[in-house]
Amino acid sequence: MKLREIKELLQAELICGENHLETEIEAVCASDLMSDVLALGKPGMLLITGLTNVHSVRTADIIEAKAIIYVRGKKPDQEGIALAAKKGIPLLSTNHLMYEACGILYSCGLKSVRETGK
Amino acid sequence: MKSGFQNDEKESGLVQKFSIMGGDFHHAGYVSTQIKEILKELGIDSTIVRRAAIAAYEAEMNVVMYAQRGIFTLEVTPEQIRFVVEDEGQGIPDIELAMQEGYSTATPEMREMGFGAGMGLPNIKKNSDRFEITSEVGKGTCLNITIFLNQRKSQ
Repeated sequence: MKLREIKELLQAELICGENHLETEIEAVCASDLMSDVLALGKPGMLLITGLTNVHSVRTADIIEAKAIIYVRGKKPDQEGIALAAKKGIPLLSTNHLMYEACGILYSCGLKSVRETGK
Repeated sequence: MKSGFQNDEKESGLVQKFSIMGGDFHHAGYVSTQIKEILKELGIDSTIVRRAAIAAYEAEMNVVMYAQRGIFTLEVTPEQIRFVVEDEGQGIPDIELAMQEGYSTATPEMREMGFGAGMGLPNIKKNSDRFEITSEVGKGTCLNITIFLNQRKSQ
C-alpha cells in the first residue's frame, strides 16, 4: 500500500517528506518501545508510535523503516524532524489512537511485520 | 558533542574508536548512525549493514543506560565487521539472566526514552555471527560482536 493511501485512511497530516508519498509500505510495526521495534522491525515497514523523541527517527533509520506515523495527534520535536528530513524518512501525524490506526490499516490489508516473509 | 572518534589505520583494514558517555540520552544512537554510514560507504551488503547497525545501536544504548562511559571500537576487514564495546560501569551480576528476552533492570527514565524492554543483549546475539560478553560487577562490561561479510545469516 502506498504511503499516500495510508495518509488518507488515517486522515494524517504530513510533517515532512512530501516526495515520499508514493513509497510502497510492505508491513507495519506499532510500538512505543524502540527496543521492541529494533527486535521485530523489518526493512520497508511503517512504524506507528506515540514516542516523539529523536529515538523514534533514529530507530526507524537503523531498521530501515520507510515512514513513521505518530498517533494521538503527537508530533516529533524539531531535532527529530531535521533528522528525518536528512535521512529521507517521511513523518506523519494522525489523531487516531494507536489501536484505531492499527485496526484501520490491518482491515485494509496491511500486515504485521511478523506476517511478512522478509 | 560528547561522542567522537579517532582513526587508526591497520594493514588489515579499518579501525575507528568512538567514545560514548553514560546517561547522555540526547546523543544516544549517534555513534551507531555514524557506523552505519561508514559501513554503507564501504559498499558492504545492505542486509549485513542493517544487522550490524541494529547490534551497534543496542550496544551503544546499553552503555548510555547502564555505564558511566564506554569506548566503541569498529574494525572492518575483508572478512568481517567487529565491534568491541568496553564500558566502565556497574557491570552485570548474572549474564545468563541478562541474556533472557524481557529481563530488564531499566529505570522509568530509560523506558520513557523507548528503551529498556530487556531485548538488547538477545537482539545483539540474534544479529551477530559471534557474540561474547564478559562483565565484572562494579567495573564494567565488554561486548565482542562479530559479523561475517561472506555469509548471510537468515532473519
